[in-house]
Amino acid sequence: MALLWESLISAAVLQHKKDMHIHYLDPFREISSPIHELDPRVKLVLSLAFIITTALVSPGVWPVYILLLAIIFSVIILSRLGFLFVLKRSLLALPFVFAALPVIFTIKGNSLVSIMAGSWILTASTQGLERFISIAFKSWISVQTAIVLASSTPFPDLLMAMRAIHIPRLLVAIFGLMWRYLFVLVDEALRLMRARLARSGETGLPDRKTGGSIAWRAQVTGGMAGSLFLRALERSDHIYNAMLSRGYNGEVFTLDLPGLRPAQWFALFGGLGLLLALLMISFLF
Amino acid sequence: MFYAPLPMHIPDGFLSVVVSVILWIISIIIIGYALRRVSQDLGERQVPLMGVLAAAIFAGQMLNFSVTGGTSGHLLGAAIATILLGPWAGALILTCVVSIQALIFQDGGILALGANLFNMAVVGVAVSYFAFTSLQKMFGKNNWGLFVSGFVAAWLSIFIAALCAALELALSGTSPANIAVPAMGGIHAIIGIGEGLITVGALAFLRAARNDLLDKTTLEPIKGKLVWGVGLVIAIALAILSPLASSHPDGLEWVAEQKGFLDIAQPPLYNIIPDYVMPGISNEAVATITAGIIGTLIVFGVALGVAYFRRRSAT
Repeated sequence: MALLWESLISAAVLQHKKDMHIHYLDPFREISSPIHELDPRVKLVLSLAFIITTALVSPGVWPVYILLLAIIFSVIILSRLGFLFVLKRSLLALPFVFAALPVIFTIKGNSLVSIMAGSWILTASTQGLERFISIAFKSWISVQTAIVLASSTPFPDLLMAMRAIHIPRLLVAIFGLMWRYLFVLVDEALRLMRARLARSGETGLPDRKTGGSIAWRAQVTGGMAGSLFLRALERSDHIYNAMLSRGYNGEVFTLDLPGLRPAQWFALFGGLGLLLALLMISFLF
Repeated sequence: MFYAPLPMHIPDGFLSVVVSVILWIISIIIIGYALRRVSQDLGERQVPLMGVLAAAIFAGQMLNFSVTGGTSGHLLGAAIATILLGPWAGALILTCVVSIQALIFQDGGILALGANLFNMAVVGVAVSYFAFTSLQKMFGKNNWGLFVSGFVAAWLSIFIAALCAALELALSGTSPANIAVPAMGGIHAIIGIGEGLITVGALAFLRAARNDLLDKTTLEPIKGKLVWGVGLVIAIALAILSPLASSHPDGLEWVAEQKGFLDIAQPPLYNIIPDYVMPGISNEAVATITAGIIGTLIVFGVALGVAYFRRRSAT
């Protein structure tokens, strides 16, 4: 999972060397497509419903899995994000699958193949294999849904959708402020790292060790974390004062959400109906 | 390498719906309460302070140091947030960080977010809070006390959160408990050392730069019997759930049975509670649960005893 984040960061760092700022983290891709134009509330609810439906389908009901995959593939095509874009991200997010690998061998059933590992015999069962593939498949479908949601919806729209599904207003406000300063503070962290790099010596000689002990390196990093924390604390003070001087009194005011248009209601209930039908089909098996 | 893989954010598809929903409910209740508490404590400062510090913890997770062979230590931040801002604000900040990671960066699933929030924002923060305040009481207010408490709190927050994740996977039937628990525990026992070292470094820096921040938080005592009660309930729940989790075919034992070397296995020299099963109770599951509860009670008794003793000797 973390690999995706890591690759994003390294892309961001490359970019950072060019223009010293990190607005690269935002996964949103500004394209004009039906999926991008869908109301964020409808999109969020349908994405959640899709992920829940995927989770509810019992393992090994392959026809329904294929249908779910067909739906998410159609959505990817409609969103014009490009298969490669979504595929690359979703595969980077999959290494967690190894956690589920042991079920192949621990679920009892018709034995499929036996592996001799030293003095142990590991027997893979068909039921175990079926379960493992189901887990990997479900995880892959869900990750693709989350990628499409994040890449086709600007964050402020997501905040609006969160408010519509009644996530506490205060929490949504904190999310919003966090997002606004995320890039500022990631910049700050990158500055700290650049400063460390600048004052650290490095040598290509293999027999020459650079840097101190691990504990010393950790302490330096800890100092950076502490300093990042202090800077954030001071910054939050400034922000608070700026908010106060603009009349902030602890109330979070927001515009009333516009009502959904008939077409949007249709999209919402059409999508939910389709998912419900899929779920019914999956119970028939 | 800016973000060492931390296999703690469970993706979607790995948890059963029942487990996900139950953990969502628990997380929502606790985070809702934390939101209320932080509102009371901070008032109108809450939104800017929590928002910016959540962004700082998120950015702080990029800070790393190389260990060996391309691996690197880095920060999760539950312990440092809890130590500096208290448990409720800490839980709220971690909630923001973990939610944004799931929603925007697909680091952890969306249906599984409830479980991830439970592991990191609830359990991770609670564990570091209890460890830090208890150890601070035992060691008193000197530098070494602060550093040891900080290290242990940080290490435990990672380790226990990973164990929770492993148990959740086992309860969902995704990964057998006897493989998931030692594997997750083992990896995170090592990752936790990096977390602990960075936390100590940050505490040392803040001790030198802004001692007032640390003084304010270290004064905060463990609040009331309610919190201990909740901790006890969670621990007993874990004790009850763990044997049920491993009622799935027990991989290693099954292999052993097949090879016929189960008879050869030697009993350990000392066993107070043999094979984690209480003698005299015939039903194996009930006996395992009883043994788990007794073990939990003993641990809590010792902890309460130490706390009581410290309070007596302090006055």
